[in-house]
Amino acid sequence: MRKAALLFALGNVLWMAACGSSGGGGGGTVTSINVSCSPSTVTSGGTSQCSATVSGTGNFSTAVRWSASAGTIAVEPENPSVGFFTAPMTDATLLVTITATSGQNTNVSGTATITVNPAGMGSNVQPITVDQGPEPQTFLATNQAFTTVTICVPGTNTCQNIDHVQVDTGSQGLRLLSSASGGELGIALPQENDSSGNPLDECLVFADGYVWGMVATADIGMAGETASSIPVQVIIPPSSSPAVPTACSNRNPPGGTGNEGGSVMMLGANGILGVGLFQQDCGLACTPGFQTQPMYFACPSGSCTAINIPVTQQVTNPVIMFATDNNGVLIQFPAVPDGGSLTVAGSLIFGIGTESNNSLGSATVYGANDSGNFTTIFNGTTYPNSFIDSGSNGYFFPSNIPTCANPNQHWYCPSTSPDNLSAQNQGTNMSSPITVNFSLEDASTLFNSSNTAFSTLGGPLPANLDAFDWGLPFFYGRNVFTAIQGQNAPGGTPPPYFAY
Amino acid sequence: MKLLGTTTGWLSTAALAVLLCVPAWAVLGDNAASVLTDQARMKGTLRSVDNRTYVLHEITMASGDKVREFVSPAGVVFGVAWEGQFPPDFQQLLGPWYQQAQQAAAQNASPEQTRRRRGPVAIETPGLMFYAGGHPRSFRGQAWIPQLVPQGVNVGDIR
Repeated sequence: MRKAALLFALGNVLWMAACGSSGGGGGGTVTSINVSCSPSTVTSGGTSQCSATVSGTGNFSTAVRWSASAGTIAVEPENPSVGFFTAPMTDATLLVTITATSGQNTNVSGTATITVNPAGMGSNVQPITVDQGPEPQTFLATNQAFTTVTICVPGTNTCQNIDHVQVDTGSQGLRLLSSASGGELGIALPQENDSSGNPLDECLVFADGYVWGMVATADIGMAGETASSIPVQVIIPPSSSPAVPTACSNRNPPGGTGNEGGSVMMLGANGILGVGLFQQDCGLACTPGFQTQPMYFACPSGSCTAINIPVTQQVTNPVIMFATDNNGVLIQFPAVPDGGSLTVAGSLIFGIGTESNNSLGSATVYGANDSGNFTTIFNGTTYPNSFIDSGSNGYFFPSNIPTCANPNQHWYCPSTSPDNLSAQNQGTNMSSPITVNFSLEDASTLFNSSNTAFSTLGGPLPANLDAFDWGLPFFYGRNVFTAIQGQNAPGGTPPPYFAY
Repeated sequence: MKLLGTTTGWLSTAALAVLLCVPAWAVLGDNAASVLTDQARMKGTLRSVDNRTYVLHEITMASGDKVREFVSPAGVVFGVAWEGQFPPDFQQLLGPWYQQAQQAAAQNASPEQTRRRRGPVAIETPGLMFYAGGHPRSFRGQAWIPQLVPQGVNVGDIR
């Protein structure tokens, strides 16, 4: 109420000199402006408070001018470094850029992004965005789809919204970066115990690194869906106890990033939301009675021993725990033009064929095997271990397309850009493959912009791996379905399957 | 056991079985007896195929995960390949080559600089070739030592 009384102007642009600081700056230099807004996701008509931190040398001015790409922003006269944003009405998820520009030097500015969701959004529609990534802005995210997840201590109202959790169809289960790792998680989730009462921890290995930390339970809310008391992972930094067992760290491939729990930058997000083809991150192979796997660990007194646990205790794909819309997900993104987009807004829609907004429609079902793979044929070679993975930030595939010069040698820089290519995909349910077109551009050129979404970004994958990794670029301009093994889903092919 | 280091002929699986007590970890570049050490450690079943220019020993674990070790006529493991739900213990599988590969990789830029996320890993050095990729519940990869690959062997077979 106090704030409202103090607001004295509304508009798309508002100028205000800071009190106690000369507008001219007295010879000082403004070097940077950092902007943050809370909350970063609002509904139509909602509000968010933004603050600007101006850095400089000498007697610089802290005066800033606020502007918003949509909606309105106002300042508090007593404290012009704070802006109050009011969201516009919108029928589709909208990303609004908030900018604070130095009054002393208009060439210096800082920005933050606010996601505005329509008020009457379907109860199974979870907004997702591709943007610059989580704060602190220590790196520029590239082709990472993020969402905001509500988590609660099971059965309580002790809850928190965690933004910039990466949506990953290549893994299963929710993993959150602990505050010790620099993540946002601030509430204490209860740790799971094994049947002997020992606390449980987990090692989850990805293609290029791993995360380590406790198995806990949480209530998870996304869109109008709730998963109650399900196992999640809380990722801890290498410096925390219990220490990472060597049976875990030794699975990091040479050349991988190793333990990604050290910082937001290492993980690239505040967490990972695995909504892939399976119900748990391990499944039967990690249950008692089978050979012990180095994935779950009992850690009494900080000393860890590998142990198998029932599937009900394993980190679980939250989708299967929803009361409805629990057989898979649909990811929708608009097309992204050549050259890329600054940001992109899309939807993570829960369920397949369960509501009016998630029917397969004209999508073709591509059955996957028990490992989550299907077949891609490219340049006359068959790659039977191919997959669609929103967590991979490019098309990764074997080719003799030239790679870029240092430091982008891990990406393709085709001699003709754009380079229009085509491959064929074949599911386990299909007798013949279907063509899919895609194109690549010179990655070094793409990276010369501040864009974060690229539909034409690709990089090499060793041919011996027999795989084509269809990463996030594949999702732009498509409806991509991921149906979960063991659940009932339409299309005539039992999951696991992809459809697009 | 040192005797094995000088073994140059073909080692049959039966001959290897006698040497099951070899205590050292089996590693890339080690002698053929290490195959059985690996089999014992992985609690797997062993299938061996003579491909004339090399012998392929395929260890299948109870989980279905597979490790394939490629042994030269000189009795040396010149290549390894793996596939399955879990990645292998690279330190055990690569032995001293693990550190070397780590060092070679460290000379590449960090992921934050390269912007790559969740892509495959490749290390190509004169001393070691290493490829790994996949996603949770499906990993695969290969490693081999170029100098130890026998003549006539297509490295594309190491998979």
